[in-house]
Amino acid sequence: MRKAITGHKAVAEAMRQIEPDVVAVYPITPQSEIAEYYAEYVHNGLVRTELVPVESEHSALSACVGAAAAGGRVMTATSSQGLALMVEVLYIAAGLRLPIVMALANRSLSAPINIHCDHSDAYLARDSGAVQIFAENAQEAYDYTIMAQRIAEDMRVRLPVIVNLDGFTLTHTVQPVDLLEDEVVKKFVGEFKPYSPLLDVDHPVTWGPFAMPDYYFELKRAQQAGMEAAPGVFLSVQREFSQISGRRYLGFFEAYRLEDAEYALVVLGSTAGTAKVAVDELRARGMKVGLLKPWLWRPFPAKEVGEALAHVKAVAVLDRAFSFGTMGALFADVASALYPLEKRPILANYIYGLGGRDTTVPELVHVFEELPKIKKTEWALRYIGLRE
Amino acid sequence: MAGLKGWRELPLGGVVTGGTAKELQKTGGWRAERPIWHEEKCIQCLQCWLHCPDDSVLIKGGKVVGFDYEHCKGCGVCAAICPKDAIEMVPERGGECARP
Repeated sequence: MRKAITGHKAVAEAMRQIEPDVVAVYPITPQSEIAEYYAEYVHNGLVRTELVPVESEHSALSACVGAAAAGGRVMTATSSQGLALMVEVLYIAAGLRLPIVMALANRSLSAPINIHCDHSDAYLARDSGAVQIFAENAQEAYDYTIMAQRIAEDMRVRLPVIVNLDGFTLTHTVQPVDLLEDEVVKKFVGEFKPYSPLLDVDHPVTWGPFAMPDYYFELKRAQQAGMEAAPGVFLSVQREFSQISGRRYLGFFEAYRLEDAEYALVVLGSTAGTAKVAVDELRARGMKVGLLKPWLWRPFPAKEVGEALAHVKAVAVLDRAFSFGTMGALFADVASALYPLEKRPILANYIYGLGGRDTTVPELVHVFEELPKIKKTEWALRYIGLRE
Repeated sequence: MAGLKGWRELPLGGVVTGGTAKELQKTGGWRAERPIWHEEKCIQCLQCWLHCPDDSVLIKGGKVVGFDYEHCKGCGVCAAICPKDAIEMVPERGGECARP
Protein backbone atom coordinates (compact mmCIF):
# COMPACT_ATOMS: atom_id res chain seq x y z
CA MET A 1 0.00 0.00 0.00
CA ARG A 2 1.49 3.34 -1.10
CA LYS A 3 1.16 6.22 1.37
CA ALA A 4 2.45 9.77 1.51
CA ILE A 5 4.15 9.85 4.90
CA THR A 6 7.21 11.26 6.66
CA GLY A 7 10.33 9.24 7.38
CA HIS A 8 9.26 9.26 11.02
CA LYS A 9 5.93 7.71 10.22
CA ALA A 10 7.59 5.16 7.93
CA VAL A 11 9.91 4.01 10.75
CA ALA A 12 7.07 4.04 13.29
CA GLU A 13 4.91 1.96 10.95
CA ALA A 14 7.72 -0.58 10.56
CA MET A 15 8.00 -0.72 14.34
CA ARG A 16 4.24 -1.18 14.70
CA GLN A 17 4.32 -4.07 12.26
CA ILE A 18 7.31 -5.66 14.00
CA GLU A 19 5.60 -5.07 17.37
CA PRO A 20 8.59 -5.51 19.68
CA ASP A 21 8.08 -6.56 23.30
CA VAL A 22 9.71 -3.43 24.67
CA VAL A 23 10.37 0.05 23.34
CA ALA A 24 12.31 2.32 25.71
CA VAL A 25 12.74 5.77 24.31
CA TYR A 26 13.42 9.38 25.21
CA PRO A 27 12.36 12.18 22.88
CA ILE A 28 14.88 14.38 21.09
CA THR A 29 14.61 16.50 17.97
CA PRO A 30 14.48 15.31 15.19
CA GLN A 31 13.61 11.82 16.44
CA SER A 32 10.70 12.70 18.76
CA GLU A 33 7.88 11.89 16.37
CA ILE A 34 8.97 8.27 16.12
CA ALA A 35 8.48 8.01 19.88
CA GLU A 36 5.24 9.99 19.71
CA TYR A 37 3.74 7.86 16.95
CA TYR A 38 4.70 4.70 18.77
CA ALA A 39 3.27 5.93 22.07
CA GLU A 40 0.03 6.61 20.19
CA TYR A 41 0.00 3.05 18.81
CA VAL A 42 0.53 1.66 22.30
CA HIS A 43 -2.18 3.79 23.89
CA ASN A 44 -4.62 3.07 21.06
CA GLY A 45 -4.08 -0.62 21.62
CA LEU A 46 -2.61 -1.27 18.17
CA VAL A 47 0.43 -2.98 19.71
CA ARG A 48 1.04 -4.88 22.92
CA THR A 49 4.51 -3.40 23.37
CA GLU A 50 5.65 -2.30 26.82
CA LEU A 51 6.57 1.34 26.23
CA VAL A 52 9.09 2.56 28.79
CA PRO A 53 9.20 6.35 28.94
CA VAL A 54 12.52 7.02 30.61
CA GLU A 55 14.31 10.08 32.01
CA SER A 56 17.26 10.07 29.59
CA GLU A 57 18.74 8.27 26.63
CA HIS A 58 21.27 6.58 28.90
CA SER A 59 18.30 5.08 30.72
CA ALA A 60 16.51 4.33 27.45
CA LEU A 61 19.27 2.13 26.15
CA SER A 62 19.91 0.69 29.62
CA ALA A 63 16.26 -0.35 29.76
CA CYS A 64 16.65 -1.85 26.29
CA VAL A 65 19.70 -3.83 27.41
CA GLY A 66 17.81 -5.13 30.44
CA ALA A 67 14.76 -6.03 28.40
CA ALA A 68 16.83 -7.73 25.69
CA ALA A 69 18.80 -9.75 28.26
CA ALA A 70 15.49 -10.66 29.89
CA GLY A 71 14.49 -12.19 26.56
CA GLY A 72 12.49 -9.56 24.73
CA ARG A 73 12.54 -8.14 21.23
CA VAL A 74 13.56 -4.54 21.77
CA MET A 75 13.68 -1.33 19.77
CA THR A 76 14.52 2.30 20.38
CA ALA A 77 15.21 5.51 18.50
CA THR A 78 17.35 8.56 19.12
CA SER A 79 19.35 11.39 17.65
CA SER A 80 22.52 13.44 18.19
CA GLN A 81 23.12 14.22 21.89
CA GLY A 82 20.76 11.39 22.73
CA LEU A 83 23.01 8.92 21.00
CA ALA A 84 26.01 10.55 22.67
CA LEU A 85 24.40 9.80 26.01
CA MET A 86 23.62 6.25 24.87
CA VAL A 87 27.09 5.45 23.64
CA GLU A 88 28.38 4.04 26.92
CA VAL A 89 25.51 1.58 26.95
CA LEU A 90 25.70 0.94 23.20
CA TYR A 91 29.15 -0.60 23.64
CA ILE A 92 27.64 -2.79 26.38
CA ALA A 93 24.72 -3.84 24.16
CA ALA A 94 27.21 -4.85 21.45
CA GLY A 95 29.53 -6.62 23.88
CA LEU A 96 26.62 -8.55 25.34
CA ARG A 97 25.49 -9.38 21.80
CA LEU A 98 22.00 -7.95 22.26
CA PRO A 99 19.98 -7.54 19.06
CA ILE A 100 18.52 -4.09 19.75
CA VAL A 101 17.33 -2.19 16.68
CA MET A 102 17.62 1.58 16.77
CA ALA A 103 16.49 4.29 14.38
CA LEU A 104 18.97 7.16 14.40
CA ALA A 105 17.60 10.43 13.06
CA ASN A 106 20.96 11.90 12.10
CA ARG A 107 21.68 15.27 13.66
CA SER A 108 24.81 17.25 14.41
CA LEU A 109 26.52 17.15 17.79
CA SER A 110 27.00 20.23 19.97
CA ALA A 111 28.73 22.71 20.23
CA PRO A 112 27.45 24.92 18.79
CA ILE A 113 24.05 23.46 19.46
CA ASN A 114 22.14 22.75 16.28
CA ILE A 115 19.21 20.47 15.57
CA HIS A 116 19.83 19.80 11.89
CA CYS A 117 21.35 16.97 9.95
CA ASP A 118 24.86 15.73 9.71
CA HIS A 119 26.47 12.39 10.46
CA SER A 120 28.53 13.25 13.52
CA ASP A 121 26.21 11.17 15.71
CA ALA A 122 26.57 8.08 13.53
CA TYR A 123 30.34 8.63 13.40
CA LEU A 124 30.45 8.83 17.18
CA ALA A 125 29.08 5.27 17.32
CA ARG A 126 31.37 4.09 14.52
CA ASP A 127 33.52 1.80 16.67
CA SER A 128 30.80 0.79 19.11
CA GLY A 129 30.21 -2.62 17.61
CA ALA A 130 26.75 -1.73 16.31
CA VAL A 131 25.93 -2.60 12.70
CA GLN A 132 25.13 0.65 10.89
CA ILE A 133 22.91 1.03 7.85
CA PHE A 134 22.18 4.29 6.00
CA ALA A 135 18.89 5.04 4.25
CA GLU A 136 18.60 7.39 1.28
CA ASN A 137 14.87 8.02 1.64
CA ALA A 138 11.84 7.16 3.77
CA GLN A 139 11.23 3.99 1.78
CA GLU A 140 14.69 2.68 2.57
CA ALA A 141 14.31 3.72 6.23
CA TYR A 142 11.11 1.66 6.41
CA ASP A 143 12.57 -1.31 4.57
CA TYR A 144 15.85 -1.40 6.49
CA THR A 145 14.08 -1.07 9.85
CA ILE A 146 12.35 -4.34 9.01
CA MET A 147 15.49 -5.97 7.62
CA ALA A 148 17.55 -4.75 10.60
CA GLN A 149 15.47 -6.90 12.90
CA ARG A 150 16.45 -10.04 11.05
CA ILE A 151 20.11 -9.04 10.78
CA ALA A 152 20.35 -8.18 14.49
CA GLU A 153 18.63 -11.37 15.61
CA ASP A 154 20.54 -13.80 13.41
CA MET A 155 22.46 -16.06 15.81
CA ARG A 156 25.66 -15.54 13.81
CA VAL A 157 25.38 -11.78 14.31
CA ARG A 158 23.41 -10.91 17.48
CA LEU A 159 24.42 -7.28 17.55
CA PRO A 160 22.62 -3.95 17.84
CA VAL A 161 21.71 -2.48 14.47
CA ILE A 162 21.37 1.25 13.83
CA VAL A 163 19.27 2.42 10.90
CA ASN A 164 20.41 5.94 10.00
CA LEU A 165 18.03 8.40 8.39
CA ASP A 166 18.94 12.03 7.83
CA GLY A 167 17.27 14.31 10.34
CA PHE A 168 14.59 16.60 8.84
CA THR A 169 15.60 15.80 5.25
CA LEU A 170 14.12 12.33 5.69
CA THR A 171 12.40 12.39 9.06
CA HIS A 172 10.17 15.42 8.45
CA THR A 173 9.49 15.39 4.73
CA VAL A 174 6.48 13.65 3.27
CA GLN A 175 7.42 11.08 0.68
CA PRO A 176 5.67 8.21 -1.08
CA VAL A 177 6.33 4.99 0.83
CA ASP A 178 5.14 1.52 -0.10
CA LEU A 179 4.12 -0.25 3.08
CA LEU A 180 3.89 -4.01 3.29
CA GLU A 181 0.90 -5.74 4.82
CA ASP A 182 1.18 -6.28 8.57
CA GLU A 183 1.07 -10.06 8.22
CA VAL A 184 3.83 -10.02 5.61
CA VAL A 185 6.14 -8.10 7.94
CA LYS A 186 5.24 -10.26 10.94
CA LYS A 187 5.97 -13.39 8.96
CA PHE A 188 9.24 -11.94 7.66
CA VAL A 189 10.61 -10.99 11.09
CA GLY A 190 9.20 -14.16 12.64
CA GLU A 191 9.01 -15.15 16.27
CA PHE A 192 11.78 -13.74 18.46
CA LYS A 193 14.08 -16.43 19.80
CA PRO A 194 15.66 -15.27 23.04
CA TYR A 195 19.12 -16.47 23.95
CA SER A 196 19.73 -17.42 27.60
CA PRO A 197 16.96 -15.07 28.79
CA LEU A 198 17.16 -13.83 32.35
CA LEU A 199 13.45 -14.55 32.79
CA ASP A 200 14.02 -18.26 32.23
CA VAL A 201 14.31 -18.93 35.95
CA ASP A 202 14.74 -22.66 35.44
CA HIS A 203 18.05 -21.96 33.69
CA PRO A 204 19.66 -19.17 35.70
CA VAL A 205 22.40 -17.17 34.00
CA THR A 206 24.54 -14.13 34.69
CA TRP A 207 24.59 -11.43 32.01
CA GLY A 208 27.44 -8.96 31.97
CA PRO A 209 30.05 -10.74 34.05
CA PHE A 210 33.50 -9.35 34.72
CA ALA A 211 36.26 -10.59 32.41
CA MET A 212 39.90 -10.52 33.44
CA PRO A 213 42.90 -10.26 31.07
CA ASP A 214 42.65 -14.04 30.61
CA TYR A 215 39.24 -13.86 28.85
CA TYR A 216 38.44 -10.26 27.82
CA PHE A 217 40.44 -10.54 24.58
CA GLU A 218 38.73 -13.77 23.52
CA LEU A 219 35.27 -12.34 24.21
CA LYS A 220 36.03 -9.27 22.08
CA ARG A 221 37.34 -11.55 19.31
CA ALA A 222 34.06 -13.44 19.42
CA GLN A 223 32.24 -10.10 19.12
CA GLN A 224 34.29 -9.28 16.03
CA ALA A 225 33.12 -12.62 14.60
CA GLY A 226 29.54 -11.36 14.93
CA MET A 227 30.51 -8.31 12.85
CA GLU A 228 32.30 -10.51 10.33
CA ALA A 229 29.15 -12.59 9.91
CA ALA A 230 26.96 -9.51 9.39
CA PRO A 231 27.69 -8.91 5.67
CA GLY A 232 26.64 -12.43 4.66
CA VAL A 233 23.49 -12.21 6.75
CA PHE A 234 22.81 -8.71 5.36
CA LEU A 235 22.85 -10.06 1.80
CA SER A 236 20.61 -13.03 2.51
CA VAL A 237 18.11 -10.84 4.40
CA GLN A 238 18.16 -8.38 1.48
CA ARG A 239 17.45 -11.19 -0.99
CA GLU A 240 14.52 -12.45 1.04
CA PHE A 241 13.18 -8.94 1.55
CA SER A 242 13.45 -8.17 -2.15
CA GLN A 243 11.24 -11.19 -2.81
CA ILE A 244 8.49 -10.19 -0.40
CA SER A 245 8.58 -6.49 -1.30
CA GLY A 246 9.33 -6.53 -5.01
CA ARG A 247 11.98 -3.87 -4.36
CA ARG A 248 15.58 -4.38 -5.37
CA TYR A 249 18.03 -4.59 -2.50
CA LEU A 250 21.05 -6.36 -3.90
CA GLY A 251 24.41 -5.68 -2.32
CA PHE A 252 26.09 -3.65 0.34
CA PHE A 253 25.72 -0.46 -1.65
CA GLU A 254 23.82 0.96 -4.55
CA ALA A 255 26.06 1.51 -7.57
CA TYR A 256 24.37 4.18 -9.67
CA ARG A 257 25.67 4.45 -13.26
CA LEU A 258 29.02 3.36 -11.87
CA GLU A 259 29.88 0.48 -14.19
CA ASP A 260 31.55 2.54 -16.93
CA ALA A 261 32.15 5.67 -14.86
CA GLU A 262 35.45 7.54 -15.01
CA TYR A 263 34.64 9.71 -12.04
CA ALA A 264 32.64 8.70 -9.01
CA LEU A 265 31.22 10.04 -5.82
CA VAL A 266 30.76 8.11 -2.56
CA VAL A 267 28.19 9.47 -0.13
CA LEU A 268 25.96 8.23 2.69
CA GLY A 269 22.27 8.95 3.21
CA SER A 270 19.90 11.38 1.56
CA THR A 271 22.60 13.33 -0.33
CA ALA A 272 22.91 10.25 -2.55
CA GLY A 273 19.53 11.28 -3.99
CA THR A 274 20.89 14.72 -4.85
CA ALA A 275 24.01 13.08 -6.29
CA LYS A 276 21.89 10.95 -8.63
CA VAL A 277 20.44 14.10 -10.17
CA ALA A 278 23.96 15.51 -10.58
CA VAL A 279 25.10 12.24 -12.19
CA ASP A 280 22.17 12.31 -14.63
CA GLU A 281 22.88 15.94 -15.57
CA LEU A 282 26.54 15.25 -16.29
CA ARG A 283 25.78 12.01 -18.14
CA ALA A 284 23.43 14.03 -20.36
CA ARG A 285 26.42 16.26 -21.10
CA GLY A 286 28.52 13.22 -21.95
CA MET A 287 30.65 13.00 -18.80
CA LYS A 288 31.02 9.45 -17.52
CA VAL A 289 30.21 9.79 -13.84
CA GLY A 290 28.64 7.52 -11.25
CA LEU A 291 27.74 7.13 -7.62
CA LEU A 292 28.40 4.61 -4.89
CA LYS A 293 25.94 4.85 -2.03
CA PRO A 294 26.77 2.51 0.89
CA TRP A 295 23.78 0.99 2.64
CA LEU A 296 25.95 -1.02 4.97
CA TRP A 297 28.54 1.22 6.62
CA ARG A 298 29.51 -0.94 9.60
CA PRO A 299 30.85 -3.52 8.99
CA PHE A 300 32.41 -1.78 6.00
CA PRO A 301 32.30 -3.93 2.83
CA ALA A 302 35.87 -3.01 1.87
CA LYS A 303 36.51 -5.71 -0.70
CA GLU A 304 33.34 -5.01 -2.66
CA VAL A 305 33.75 -1.23 -2.49
CA GLY A 306 37.33 -1.63 -3.73
CA GLU A 307 36.21 -3.79 -6.65
CA ALA A 308 33.39 -1.41 -7.57
CA LEU A 309 35.70 1.63 -7.66
CA ALA A 310 38.89 0.03 -9.04
CA HIS A 311 38.24 1.10 -12.65
CA VAL A 312 37.43 4.73 -11.84
CA LYS A 313 39.97 7.52 -12.52
CA ALA A 314 39.11 9.63 -9.48
CA VAL A 315 36.70 9.34 -6.59
CA ALA A 316 35.28 12.07 -4.37
CA VAL A 317 34.40 10.75 -0.94
CA LEU A 318 31.93 12.95 0.92
CA ASP A 319 31.87 13.03 4.71
CA ARG A 320 29.04 14.77 6.55
CA ALA A 321 31.12 15.12 9.73
CA PHE A 322 34.66 15.93 10.70
CA SER A 323 36.82 13.25 12.25
CA PHE A 324 38.82 16.02 13.84
CA GLY A 325 42.53 15.83 13.24
CA THR A 326 42.35 13.38 10.38
CA MET A 327 40.50 12.74 7.15
CA GLY A 328 36.78 11.93 7.11
CA ALA A 329 35.76 8.50 8.38
CA LEU A 330 34.14 7.39 5.13
CA PHE A 331 37.19 8.60 3.21
CA ALA A 332 39.41 6.51 5.47
CA ASP A 333 37.17 3.50 4.80
CA VAL A 334 37.28 3.96 1.03
CA ALA A 335 41.04 4.66 1.01
CA SER A 336 41.65 1.48 3.02
CA ALA A 337 39.41 -0.47 0.66
CA LEU A 338 41.44 0.70 -2.33
CA TYR A 339 44.90 0.32 -0.80
CA PRO A 340 45.34 -3.41 -1.61
CA LEU A 341 44.68 -2.76 -5.31
CA GLU A 342 47.63 -2.33 -7.65
CA LYS A 343 45.89 0.32 -9.69
CA ARG A 344 43.94 2.74 -7.56
CA PRO A 345 41.80 5.75 -8.41
CA ILE A 346 42.83 9.19 -7.21
CA LEU A 347 40.90 10.14 -4.09
CA ALA A 348 39.60 13.43 -2.76
CA ASN A 349 37.85 13.99 0.53
CA TYR A 350 35.07 16.57 0.80
CA ILE A 351 33.38 17.67 4.01
CA TYR A 352 29.81 18.80 3.37
CA GLY A 353 26.44 19.62 4.87
CA LEU A 354 27.41 20.15 8.52
CA GLY A 355 24.63 21.26 10.85
CA GLY A 356 22.01 20.90 8.14
CA ARG A 357 23.76 23.01 5.48
CA ASP A 358 22.05 22.24 2.18
CA THR A 359 24.07 20.49 -0.46
CA THR A 360 22.72 21.24 -3.91
CA VAL A 361 22.87 19.63 -7.33
CA PRO A 362 25.11 22.43 -8.77
CA GLU A 363 27.55 21.93 -5.88
CA LEU A 364 27.84 18.22 -6.59
CA VAL A 365 28.13 18.89 -10.32
CA HIS A 366 31.02 21.20 -9.42
CA VAL A 367 32.69 18.39 -7.42
CA PHE A 368 32.47 16.11 -10.45
CA GLU A 369 33.92 18.86 -12.64
CA GLU A 370 36.76 19.41 -10.19
CA LEU A 371 37.73 15.71 -10.06
CA PRO A 372 39.52 15.49 -13.44
CA LYS A 373 41.73 18.41 -12.38
CA ILE A 374 42.98 16.62 -9.25
CA LYS A 375 46.25 14.95 -10.22
CA LYS A 376 47.05 13.00 -7.06
CA THR A 377 45.55 11.90 -3.77
CA GLU A 378 46.35 14.42 -1.08
CA TRP A 379 46.10 14.40 2.68
CA ALA A 380 43.92 17.50 2.67
CA LEU A 381 40.25 18.22 3.20
CA ARG A 382 38.10 20.00 0.65
CA TYR A 383 34.79 21.60 1.47
CA ILE A 384 31.41 21.89 -0.22
CA GLY A 385 29.35 25.03 0.39
CA LEU A 386 31.69 26.56 2.99
CA ARG A 387 32.34 30.32 3.12
CA GLU A 388 36.03 31.17 3.31
CA MET B 1 47.30 -19.58 29.79
CA ALA B 2 47.09 -23.32 29.32
CA GLY B 3 43.68 -24.87 29.96
CA LEU B 4 41.79 -21.70 29.09
CA LYS B 5 39.16 -21.76 26.37
CA GLY B 6 39.60 -20.31 22.88
CA TRP B 7 37.29 -17.58 21.60
CA ARG B 8 35.13 -19.97 19.59
CA GLU B 9 34.28 -21.96 22.71
CA LEU B 10 32.87 -19.06 24.71
CA PRO B 11 29.14 -18.49 25.22
CA LEU B 12 27.59 -15.68 23.20
CA GLY B 13 28.10 -12.32 24.90
CA GLY B 14 29.99 -13.96 27.75
CA VAL B 15 26.78 -15.15 29.39
CA VAL B 16 27.60 -17.31 32.39
CA THR B 17 25.47 -20.34 33.18
CA GLY B 18 24.23 -20.48 36.77
CA GLY B 19 26.66 -21.97 39.27
CA THR B 20 29.62 -22.23 36.90
CA ALA B 21 31.56 -19.13 38.02
CA LYS B 22 31.68 -20.56 41.53
CA GLU B 23 34.31 -23.09 40.50
CA LEU B 24 36.45 -20.58 38.63
CA GLN B 25 36.53 -17.71 41.06
CA LYS B 26 37.39 -18.48 44.67
CA THR B 27 36.76 -15.00 45.98
CA GLY B 28 37.11 -15.97 49.64
CA GLY B 29 40.72 -14.81 49.45
CA TRP B 30 39.50 -11.20 49.46
CA ARG B 31 38.24 -11.56 53.04
CA ALA B 32 39.65 -9.43 55.86
CA GLU B 33 37.21 -10.72 58.48
CA ARG B 34 35.80 -14.20 58.78
CA PRO B 35 32.29 -14.95 60.06
CA ILE B 36 32.18 -17.60 62.79
CA TRP B 37 28.84 -19.33 63.36
CA HIS B 38 27.88 -20.17 66.94
CA GLU B 39 25.37 -22.94 66.51
CA GLU B 40 24.22 -22.87 70.16
CA LYS B 41 22.91 -19.28 69.75
CA CYS B 42 21.36 -19.79 66.31
CA ILE B 43 17.55 -19.95 66.07
CA GLN B 44 17.56 -20.86 62.34
CA CYS B 45 15.67 -17.74 61.28
CA LEU B 46 17.69 -17.80 57.98
CA GLN B 47 18.08 -13.99 57.93
CA CYS B 48 21.82 -14.45 57.28
CA TRP B 49 21.11 -16.72 54.32
CA LEU B 50 18.53 -14.28 52.99
CA HIS B 51 20.86 -11.26 53.21
CA CYS B 52 24.18 -12.80 52.15
CA PRO B 53 25.11 -11.07 48.87
CA ASP B 54 27.40 -13.95 47.87
CA ASP B 55 25.15 -16.90 48.63
CA SER B 56 27.81 -18.09 51.06
CA VAL B 57 25.62 -19.24 53.96
CA LEU B 58 25.49 -23.01 53.61
CA ILE B 59 22.09 -24.63 54.05
CA LYS B 60 21.33 -28.31 54.54
CA GLY B 61 17.81 -29.60 55.01
CA GLY B 62 16.52 -26.04 55.39
CA LYS B 63 18.98 -25.21 58.18
CA VAL B 64 22.16 -23.16 58.43
CA VAL B 65 25.20 -25.42 58.73
CA GLY B 66 28.06 -22.93 58.24
CA PHE B 67 29.76 -20.75 55.65
CA ASP B 68 31.26 -21.23 52.23
CA TYR B 69 34.67 -19.72 52.97
CA GLU B 70 35.78 -20.12 49.36
CA HIS B 71 33.34 -17.39 48.34
CA CYS B 72 32.50 -15.41 51.51
CA LYS B 73 34.16 -11.99 51.20
CA GLY B 74 33.69 -11.16 54.89
CA CYS B 75 31.29 -8.26 54.40
CA GLY B 76 29.65 -8.92 57.79
CA VAL B 77 26.06 -8.43 56.65
CA CYS B 78 25.15 -11.80 58.20
CA ALA B 79 26.60 -10.79 61.58
CA ALA B 80 24.84 -7.43 61.44
CA ILE B 81 21.43 -8.90 60.59
CA CYS B 82 21.61 -11.82 63.05
CA PRO B 83 19.04 -11.16 65.85
CA LYS B 84 20.85 -13.46 68.30
CA ASP B 85 24.51 -12.48 67.82
CA ALA B 86 25.15 -16.01 66.65
CA ILE B 87 27.64 -14.81 64.03
CA GLU B 88 30.95 -13.29 65.08
CA MET B 89 33.37 -11.49 62.75
CA VAL B 90 36.96 -12.46 63.51
CA PRO B 91 39.95 -10.75 61.80
CA GLU B 92 41.90 -12.94 59.43
CA ARG B 93 45.53 -13.01 60.61
CA GLY B 94 48.44 -12.16 58.34
CA GLY B 95 46.59 -13.42 55.33
CA GLU B 96 47.09 -16.98 56.59
CA CYS B 97 43.50 -17.63 57.46
CA ALA B 98 42.25 -15.89 54.34
CA ARG B 99 42.58 -19.23 52.65
CA PRO B 100 39.66 -21.51 53.38
